[in-house]
Amino acid sequence: MTITYPTMRGQRRRRTRYQNGWALAFLAPWLIGFLAFTAGPMLMSLYLAFTKYDLLSAPKWLGAGNFRRMFGDDPLFLQSLKVTAIYVVVGTPLSLCFALAVAVVLNRGLRGLDFYRSAIYLPSLFGGSVAIAVLWRKVFNGDGLVNQLLAFVGIQGPSWISEPQTALGTLIALEVWQFGAPMVIFLAGLRQIPREFYEAAQVDGASRVRQFWSITMPLLSPILFFNLTLQLIRSFQAFAPAFIISDGSGGPADSTLFYSLYLYQEGFVNFDMGYAAAMAWMLVLLAGAVVAVNFFFAKFWVHYGD
Amino acid sequence: MATERLTAIRDDVESRPTTRRWVPGRRLLAHFALIVVTLVMLYPLVWMVASSFKPTDEIFSQPGLVPRHFEPSNYAEGWKGVSTAFSIFIENSLFISVAAIIGNVISCSLAAYAFARLNFIGRRIAYATMLVTLMLPTHVTLVPQYILFNKLGWVNTFYPLFVPHFFAVDAFFVLLMVQFIRSLPRELDEAARLDGCSPWQTYRYIVFPLLRPALVTTIIFTFIWTYNDFFKQLIYLNDVQLFTVPLGLRQFLDSTGDSSWGPMLAMSTLALVPPLVLFVTFQRKIVDGVATSGLKG
Repeated sequence: MTITYPTMRGQRRRRTRYQNGWALAFLAPWLIGFLAFTAGPMLMSLYLAFTKYDLLSAPKWLGAGNFRRMFGDDPLFLQSLKVTAIYVVVGTPLSLCFALAVAVVLNRGLRGLDFYRSAIYLPSLFGGSVAIAVLWRKVFNGDGLVNQLLAFVGIQGPSWISEPQTALGTLIALEVWQFGAPMVIFLAGLRQIPREFYEAAQVDGASRVRQFWSITMPLLSPILFFNLTLQLIRSFQAFAPAFIISDGSGGPADSTLFYSLYLYQEGFVNFDMGYAAAMAWMLVLLAGAVVAVNFFFAKFWVHYGD
Repeated sequence: MATERLTAIRDDVESRPTTRRWVPGRRLLAHFALIVVTLVMLYPLVWMVASSFKPTDEIFSQPGLVPRHFEPSNYAEGWKGVSTAFSIFIENSLFISVAAIIGNVISCSLAAYAFARLNFIGRRIAYATMLVTLMLPTHVTLVPQYILFNKLGWVNTFYPLFVPHFFAVDAFFVLLMVQFIRSLPRELDEAARLDGCSPWQTYRYIVFPLLRPALVTTIIFTFIWTYNDFFKQLIYLNDVQLFTVPLGLRQFLDSTGDSSWGPMLAMSTLALVPPLVLFVTFQRKIVDGVATSGLKG
């Protein structure tokens, strides 16, 4: 047997050779998963969106009926849109402001950075869990922690979770409580800003506020954009806290009827699966539109270097 | 490119002491503010742990942290559960999480190896498709998946909760591993190939062992996501014997209402222990994972 050493030529030829068989073998699980659990179901739900289907009898074609019902004939759907919109519009900027403010202070080379960062991040790790939702219910109860603390300063607080005016507020507070995740991302971004920029600005006599707006903000804007997009997508999908706080009803007075919660009720309580599928596709369109608008406006304020 | 220049400048900067000049009063003020923020953030959690050792009527009447009557029986009572022992819920949750982890580690690493190292027709399209699935809200597939699993007779079993993970449905981890494999020197693959390794052997003996850091991230976040998940477990599991920790807590809440908050908070505290242990052990890893990729707990 003779040993042939591959030449450079041979090597290069072999490298460009296709390995279709091997690739198919390696990708088989992903491919099956994609067809069976993603692509297939998406087409199926697109079809179901135009039908009435209760899991027992065959789907009945409705045309655009489900979509007409959403916007013409279903106050609960519109309510769920409103609740989700308030949650997104109030919660996202609040948590990003907190995240940015704390990140900027933390980035000043203070001692104990690791401790602060971990401690403030911890709520984000637990945030979406049922255990925390249970805790939240207790914290904002009529005789819960918040009112006990308010009693110290002589204020008699309401039962926050059972008043329609305040119930959504407690869920926004829960969302803002988890500002640690965007903060960690901001911190990573702040570390990329060269210190020379600040030193030069200081030499030129720029105040700290001026430095923040002229150096930090422009250089951090891609990260801010990334965080904003991420938070928006997440907010649309919030489910467990609203479910636990309202016992799955979206109450009081539908004030915590999140989009996902209403979709769950229609699909898996009323078994109106066609309507739930239509709502799911509407969510894709709405979330897609919001993210697209976000991308469109990005070019006015996001700076990707020169 | 601008970023390369920035990196160069940063490397230069990092070789010098980086702390900015602090006015002493300001530094104290910053620490004070941060301590206040940290306390506010952690207070609800600490209060939960403290309350879990208080008798129920004391939780309502007294906001202090130290229990006046130490009541460890909350844990015993909670552990017994309403109709089913809480240990069953924990077992079920751990089973689903571990199965999902095994599935993700195997299927995502296989797919990632193909995307990162193999040449094949349609690679770009397949890769782009995978990236698109990353951005889809899970809701679009929810209803048909339920119908599918219902047809298979899998409703009220654990299968819908972990079987999809054996088919690399978490595109996020595929992406994570593709990026990691691309950062490995190609010479290793070449050397293995020259020694007669097939792609399978290269994957099995070279790439997979080197993938460990990415696999650890995958394991941690698969665990946290599966363990904390509520929506899917809620729609697929009806039998109390199959309930997971979130469903168990919810059942507890439904059947006892606001009357037995002691045991309720005791079990909620217990439910947070596994992710907490993970966090304490892999703090750096988790925070880095969040910072570089926007992963969230």
